[in-house]
Amino acid sequence: MTPNQTDRIATQVINFLVLIVVLILFFLLGDIILSGFPHISWHFLTSPSSSFSAGGGIRDQLFNSLYLLVLTLIISFPLALGSAIYLSEYAGNNWRTGLIRTAIEVLSSLPSVVVGLFGYLLFVIEFHMGFSILSGAIALTFFNLPLLVRSIEGSLHAVPDSQREAGISLGLSNWRTIRGIILPAALPGILTGIILSAGRVFGEAAALIYTAGQSAPILNYSNWNPTDSSSFLNPMRPAETLAVHIWKVNTEGVTPDAVSISAGASAVLIIVILLFNFGARAIGNHMYKKMTGGK
Amino acid sequence: METYDLSQNHIVTPPEEIALSTNQLQVYYGSGSRASMTDASLSFPRFQITALIGASGSGKSTYLRSLNRMNDRIARIEGEIMYRGTNINSPKVNVYEVRKHIGMVFQKPNPFAKSISENITFALKAAGITNRQELNERVETSLKEAALWNEVKDDLNKSALALSGGQQQRLCIARALAMKPDILLLDEPASALDPISTTKLEVTLKELTQNYTIIIVTHNMQQASRISTYTAFFHLGHVIEYDQTEKIFQTPEIQATHDYVTGNFG
Repeated sequence: MTPNQTDRIATQVINFLVLIVVLILFFLLGDIILSGFPHISWHFLTSPSSSFSAGGGIRDQLFNSLYLLVLTLIISFPLALGSAIYLSEYAGNNWRTGLIRTAIEVLSSLPSVVVGLFGYLLFVIEFHMGFSILSGAIALTFFNLPLLVRSIEGSLHAVPDSQREAGISLGLSNWRTIRGIILPAALPGILTGIILSAGRVFGEAAALIYTAGQSAPILNYSNWNPTDSSSFLNPMRPAETLAVHIWKVNTEGVTPDAVSISAGASAVLIIVILLFNFGARAIGNHMYKKMTGGK
Repeated sequence: METYDLSQNHIVTPPEEIALSTNQLQVYYGSGSRASMTDASLSFPRFQITALIGASGSGKSTYLRSLNRMNDRIARIEGEIMYRGTNINSPKVNVYEVRKHIGMVFQKPNPFAKSISENITFALKAAGITNRQELNERVETSLKEAALWNEVKDDLNKSALALSGGQQQRLCIARALAMKPDILLLDEPASALDPISTTKLEVTLKELTQNYTIIIVTHNMQQASRISTYTAFFHLGHVIEYDQTEKIFQTPEIQATHDYVTGNFG
């Protein structure tokens, strides 16, 4: 065979493999969205779920998912940012740094059921936090931290060293250089990382069954007092999220329209996660262009 | 490459007023006990350009970066760096102040991902200058000094990353000048630039000697001979010869210098 022929065959094999991956993805997404889309309606998105009769919606579950996401990010982002800055800017190349990195790797590979049960025993039972959004948010922080730390560290690392030298050579302190020069330059990457990790959090179910609970009490969206038990802002109330709802209607759902609720909810979940992904890309590109003057 | 006797050297002390000098400066990288720069004792005349030449790995950049303590994070530096009667290579000295007096421009242009004017004002604001008018003045003066003002005066709010490489490098010079330093250290500032930008940069540097003392590391011997008054030749971590540029290039005292400037190695 001539080099030309081998090259052509290799290219074709690689194209074929890529095609398989793309086909699987489109089949999955297409199936979920096509079978769920007919069930999505304004009524479906804006009415509370019902336990026994048909016609329930996913209003509270959708809100719970978003609220849980926000709480998780509020807890995990500062932690992740601090650790990432330490790892990328301050940590030397020694056994301590190695230990931290290994700990983060292990954290990211923990099965979510294990994290859920751990959260149940520690937060729900031991700390008397009950099934609550806060317990769920802390459990989700365990998943989110490694993803966030890694993506933020990567973004910081991608800022060339010459930028740090420039800052230092102007008489700026190390911290001032990081805060004023390195972080802004890394911001597009950091934002993209946050939004992508949000997708993961949004779709998590197993860890939440034992921490945020599986019940969705009727919420009062005009009650803005977070300490009131019926308020939608109360972080100590149990909260079934969209992903947990899908799991529940499929395993113990007794409503006659359980199948269509599940299909509709799945489609909503997938669409929201897709929006996160496209949003991440758009925001990252936009900020990069703005900072580099379109170059 | 021939082996030269590194202990043989010829180093003069310029008769002019001295802006900065080093005494027995030694640089050690990492935890090693072998010095990357040995016993460098040089005096730099005020308001002149001094060139540091030598092959790759000769220690000229290492030496230059030690002068404003940029190597603190990665190297151990022994010996004295005398500036205005103080040894600035002392743990007691405020390195941030040192770097404000001794500015630096790097090999590759490294403007911040900010607007042109913010590139200049960022460090000024951090140094406590908040007066809008004063900041604007410094932007204008430093850009004029770096011969960039006419090209960018209408685009001060545009991103610095949209400038050409030569413009970026002159912006980096303006950024360093805005801190009103005494001394400007340049680490091969033209190596990433095209010939036209290089010529512009050299003209700019010559004009800057009215107010600044310049020490420049360069690979380019023509550049050294065109712009500098004094030249130091570095070889394998040693200063071999330091004299007036003309002497270094035409009648060097040491064989190694002669071989290097005539292009026999490096």
